[in-house]
Amino acid sequence: MQVTGTVLTTRRVDAYHALTVVAPGIAERHRPGHFVSVAVGGAHSSMVTRRALTVHDVKADYGGTVELVFTVRGPGTAWLAERRARDTLDLVGPLGRPFPLPRDPVHCVLVGAEYGSAVLFPLADMLLERGCRVDFVLGAASADRVFGAMRARRLAETTTLTTEDGSLGLRGRVTDALPSVIADTRADAVYACGPMESLRAVTAVAMEFDIPVQVAVEESMACGIGVCMTCVLPVIGDDGATRMVRACAEGPVFRGERVRFEDVGTIPFDALGAPGGGARHAG
Amino acid sequence: MAVAVDMRTFLAHVELANPVTTAAGCASAGRELAQFFDLHRLGALTTRSVTMAPRAGRPTPRMAETPSGMLNAVGLQGPGIDVFLERELPWLAQRGIRTIVSIGGGSVAEYSELARRLADAPGVTALEVNLSCPNMEDRGRVFAREGGTAAEVIASVRSIMRYDVPVVAKLAPDVADIVAVARSCVDAGADALCMINNPLGMAIDTETLRPSLAAVTGGLSGPAILPLAVRCVWQVHAALPGVPLIGVGGVMTGRDAFQLVLAGACAVGVGTALFNDPYACLRIERELEDLLQARGFQRLADAVGLAHRPPGGAARHLLVDTEESTS
Repeated sequence: MQVTGTVLTTRRVDAYHALTVVAPGIAERHRPGHFVSVAVGGAHSSMVTRRALTVHDVKADYGGTVELVFTVRGPGTAWLAERRARDTLDLVGPLGRPFPLPRDPVHCVLVGAEYGSAVLFPLADMLLERGCRVDFVLGAASADRVFGAMRARRLAETTTLTTEDGSLGLRGRVTDALPSVIADTRADAVYACGPMESLRAVTAVAMEFDIPVQVAVEESMACGIGVCMTCVLPVIGDDGATRMVRACAEGPVFRGERVRFEDVGTIPFDALGAPGGGARHAG
Repeated sequence: MAVAVDMRTFLAHVELANPVTTAAGCASAGRELAQFFDLHRLGALTTRSVTMAPRAGRPTPRMAETPSGMLNAVGLQGPGIDVFLERELPWLAQRGIRTIVSIGGGSVAEYSELARRLADAPGVTALEVNLSCPNMEDRGRVFAREGGTAAEVIASVRSIMRYDVPVVAKLAPDVADIVAVARSCVDAGADALCMINNPLGMAIDTETLRPSLAAVTGGLSGPAILPLAVRCVWQVHAALPGVPLIGVGGVMTGRDAFQLVLAGACAVGVGTALFNDPYACLRIERELEDLLQARGFQRLADAVGLAHRPPGGAARHLLVDTEESTS
């Protein structure tokens, strides 16, 4: 649904920005893994595509608020970063398919790279409610890019931090720490969000341990509602066939082992409808 | 006293309740938008271009935002005609949603085969022929750029489709003479014309120092191309005033749609605006109606092509108003 939300508070979280927006309707329908899209630049904006944003927190106050986390990547997110309390935002959400939740109180490791961590906190709340054990592995290039370390420590049984420059926690990537965390916590499932390369590596580790892994991908998209067809990636379906599926509509959450990470950014030759597989012409 | 404006319009002999349709490729086959509003409120839903075989499309990145617009290189991703006929068209037909089916092919034979498959399918309000596809039998030259091959496609499709289903030719703006291509299509039997498809554009990423799109070039859409659409509709309406035109290209507001109507379009397609606002079609229709009403129009049809009247000439709809008020 589309909502004109009012910005309640803005804050900087290390290298990132967070906006709390009053968005009744979106907040109450939100499930962990859902995202929202926001129009940028105001009423007469020259920026026509929406920005897909991660929901870090959902609260029932003021009729329902969502906290959105983003990093400034261009003029659209720069405009968002300039929003102040009482400004209004055009939001559409909740969008996408949420994380599937385990039926039983199992042990879950939540892996977040960069600000991909943000989406894992509503998930952690939900898992804890169900009696699951939650352990976090959060990482980034440097200390100021690790998102949510404090909140993770409050929520989780254990929190392992990694930075590539060694400025916080262990030196290295999240996947360097992940195998020992999975082994120590005797994890039953892994949930991950972050850049594609991290998700590929996390999936590889989970598959080594033979435990299910759910990944939330961050693909660039124009509409967020499934009509623009720009956010596709190759994913293997239940029938074993690879299709170019939309991160916004079929995702953003996928079973990690189903995503053909090595082929993201290409059309695999064996994908349904790939060139040479029947339709030769381009359009 | 404000009287509701009669927004009905005709695409050849087919009546649409209002002039606003989705643009091909911007509303998939309707289901996604149906989550937001009742599709019956559209003048018609135009589907993405349906192809014979399933198509995986182009690699990513497929999209780049550009000043007042965006580039896309999706490559007609879709499930193919079988799935379209099995699942997508029946879904629309069962709900009685006015549907303009867009088709895309690589040869005259392929377009003809698609028309044959659709000829007896219930629920096809009109058939739109996407001519901006490369002709595989002519070194990949785009049909829409060659009046002759475009006419060949239209003539073949027209001969196959039932007489009561209008055939609409979708034209590209990046041609030497759009009026010549339009005339060839009309001579070949096109009942209506739709313009414009996306002109080709390109953007380069100054970080990676590479083209922004994996396919290098892509279709430019959004407000940036509205003036191009207005020009094309104007020129074609001037040359072929009796041919119904669907104006498409960068329509974001009712005022944009009104420009296309005044240039000669009797229907207006909304594309990129849908990416920004899922309710864009409804909003644009409402805004267009308000603009017409504010200017004293009682019928949308009275505004179609009105900008072509000679300078200084009074608008007929206003004269009628005056007569009524003095009587």
